[in-house]
Amino acid sequence: MATITAQTGTERVNYLNVRTTVASWLLTLDHKRIGILYLLGITFFFLLGSIAAAFIRLELSTPKGDLLSSDTYNKMFTLHGVIMIFLFLIPSIPASFGNFVLPMMIGARDVAFPRLNLLSWYFFMIGGLLAVIATVKGGIDTGWTFYTPYSSAFAKGEVSLAIIGVFLVGFSSIFTGINFLVTIHKMRAPGMTWFRLPLFVWAMYATSLIQVLGTPVVAITLLLVAVERSFGIGIFDPNRGGDPILFQHLFWFYSHPAVYIMILPAMGVISEVIATFSRRRVFGYHFVAFSSLAIAIIGFLVWGHHMFTTGQSIYAGIVFSFLTFLVAIPSAIKTFNWMATIWKGRVHWDAPMVYALGFLGLFVIGGLTGLHLASLATNVHLTDTYFVVAHFHYVMVGGAIMGYLAALHYWWPKMTGKMYPQSWAKLAALLVFVGFNLTFFPQFILGYMGMPRRYHSYPEEWWALNLLSSAGSSVLAVGYLLPAIYLTWSLKYGRIAEKNPWGARGLEWELVDTLPHPHNFERVPIVTRPAYDYAHPEEPTAIFPAPRPAYVGGGGKDG
Amino acid sequence: MWSIPFVPPTASKEGETISALYWTISWLAVFFGSIVLFGAIYLAVKYRASNEAARRSDAVETDMKLELTWTLLPLVLALAIFAWSAKLYAGIYAPREGAYEVFVIGKQWMWHCQHPNGVRENNELHLPAGRLIKVNAISQDVIHAFSIPAFRVKRDVVPGRYNTMFFTPTKPGKYHLFCTEYCGTKHSEMIGWVYVMPPEEFEKWLAGGGAAAAPTAMSLEEQGKQVFEGVGACNTCHMNPNSAVKAPDLRGLFGKKVKLADGSTVVADEAYIRESILNPAAKVVAGYQAAMPSYQGVLSEEQVIQLIAYIKSLANQKPAGGQ
Repeated sequence: MATITAQTGTERVNYLNVRTTVASWLLTLDHKRIGILYLLGITFFFLLGSIAAAFIRLELSTPKGDLLSSDTYNKMFTLHGVIMIFLFLIPSIPASFGNFVLPMMIGARDVAFPRLNLLSWYFFMIGGLLAVIATVKGGIDTGWTFYTPYSSAFAKGEVSLAIIGVFLVGFSSIFTGINFLVTIHKMRAPGMTWFRLPLFVWAMYATSLIQVLGTPVVAITLLLVAVERSFGIGIFDPNRGGDPILFQHLFWFYSHPAVYIMILPAMGVISEVIATFSRRRVFGYHFVAFSSLAIAIIGFLVWGHHMFTTGQSIYAGIVFSFLTFLVAIPSAIKTFNWMATIWKGRVHWDAPMVYALGFLGLFVIGGLTGLHLASLATNVHLTDTYFVVAHFHYVMVGGAIMGYLAALHYWWPKMTGKMYPQSWAKLAALLVFVGFNLTFFPQFILGYMGMPRRYHSYPEEWWALNLLSSAGSSVLAVGYLLPAIYLTWSLKYGRIAEKNPWGARGLEWELVDTLPHPHNFERVPIVTRPAYDYAHPEEPTAIFPAPRPAYVGGGGKDG
Repeated sequence: MWSIPFVPPTASKEGETISALYWTISWLAVFFGSIVLFGAIYLAVKYRASNEAARRSDAVETDMKLELTWTLLPLVLALAIFAWSAKLYAGIYAPREGAYEVFVIGKQWMWHCQHPNGVRENNELHLPAGRLIKVNAISQDVIHAFSIPAFRVKRDVVPGRYNTMFFTPTKPGKYHLFCTEYCGTKHSEMIGWVYVMPPEEFEKWLAGGGAAAAPTAMSLEEQGKQVFEGVGACNTCHMNPNSAVKAPDLRGLFGKKVKLADGSTVVADEAYIRESILNPAAKVVAGYQAAMPSYQGVLSEEQVIQLIAYIKSLANQKPAGGQ
């Protein structure tokens, strides 16, 4: 970061060079800096989670459990799940890019509660580190789902510590959600009506709703597990008069909507990227916007589809299955509208667009295999097999991480002031796409054949497909490492980015400098056009009002 | 080892219909997936910025007819799949009469299966082809799941409650049995085999005592009677005309409606009887005192199952003194 400051900072004040001490970062209230802090944090956790994944695939490259002991293997997949879900996927796009661009997109100088925003980062880091410490201190082997009574009465290890970690991270998620909801409601610039909002903002709004309404439930539930473990109070353990299935209801009441916390922001990113690189307003804007809300609302009513085999009543199963099919429809609507946006557009094949197309390809496979799982009878066969593993990796890794990479490549110039090599970026996108399919497509086949998830060893006849999957994961790993290399390279050697390198519409591109000013805008802008107004290139989306005399020279250096 | 399978064997009636559903959804997915994947790439290439030949002047920003088409068409297809699959689901889990009943107890980390005639097996289950099977499963510790991919069925095996499922094996053979709910250290070793045998062969196997290769001395209900009169000492009060404590007569009880002290009624099924043994105060029969001690920790799940089998065998007898 220091080098950027040195090179570009001499001319004008930006959010990086305004202050450069360590304390200025650790005590910053600037949403952009907090976004960067989150980006660094989640990258660190992603790396940890990936290392665990590598061990899992390495172990599964032979049928026998010969590399790790059973206990170590179980701890590995728990570590992988806990880190990737709670410390990477859930905060990934909202807390990093959401923090960075959302206020700019709506013409605000910051989020509504900057102190809460910083506090959320500390909760996130402390909670995340507690979870990591729990792992170092002997690890946990409950799986990321913490199913009772295994987690509450049988599992050894630091389960309670990990739970407290996840509890704190949950609060960071709630803080971010509250912040964005209030920001979107109260801090839109004059003229920025609801239907002029970029679709990324709609997606963040829907995501925040889920974060605020759902997270408290899982926080309390996990705390109850810790209470049962520590004090022996019977809540979930049937030997103490508890109900183990109750835990699953409470857990999935949050954790299913949490899947939408992971994918909705990615969908928002894809709407931005496809519009920008097709130079076209997102087709069916209202349908795409409302489908985000529909997903958030119906998503709260489908948790029982994780429990079709647990013994819940058949009628409950039928209702949950019905609602699950309904929640698939808004995703289909989005997908078709994205295609229609490309149709008759003016498509520029820049790196973010390649990632967005990769997202479409992987997300559609993940989404459609969701039908096998939403459908009751096939779910009975496929649940808890590798089919489920493949399905949710297609949605959450194929979908959410592709969206995350698209966002990273799309807003990188704005965040760092530098361009990265396009051809390397496109190659990386291709490698991720190919490596991803090699890794996870065989798992659909394995799952249909019945291979259970979380198995340390497996029958010989499934060797070939598992080996293919493990080999594919090394291609995927290269695909993930490449951006780390060329993006870091670009910080020092990259071409200096223009204000609007993609020719995009939107306040963050049209009005905000590359390496934004600490306050984003000199003055509060007035929005005059809807989002994505590519049809009227001569009309700016927003203008700055003429300064009133009292404010001449304002916009201050009080970062 | 060079023959690599890509589909599981299909060895039950349910398996055949569920496979048909699976492939129907799969082909629909391939169809729509191809439209999106190849469609998006085709459009992105055709309408690339450098291709000025592509007409753009007539591009619209929204179109109600299109929106309705791609909303309603997937919805109708989804609902058709939903209805089909709900019917099959009920076929596996809804109670049915006339099934051959096998008790399954899951524990870290093995499967224990019990046939009505008293034959027991561990990590193996022998079944006759062509007959409706009911699996009645319970766990002794954590949640497990009893999964037989060749039959396309599975059921979570939960501590504290009986979970049942129904299926009809069709093809004799040897099939994988897995635990599919993560249950701790040796989860991946909680596996076994299901053997489907031609009916006559199965009868012979069963009569011969199964894997023990010696006929079992007692059937499940006889074992239950032994618990009833032995460890459990249930007969001190139940069905003892000389008992000091008044206890309900258990003859003719199973499957009937029971009136409870709080005025509600409950069907005397396996779950009710199990609860009444382990937590007798939970549902007290109308007209009786909550005098029975709990057998939690005294009887094993296996013994509870034996007791249930015994009480079930009394279903057709008349209670003393009428009711």
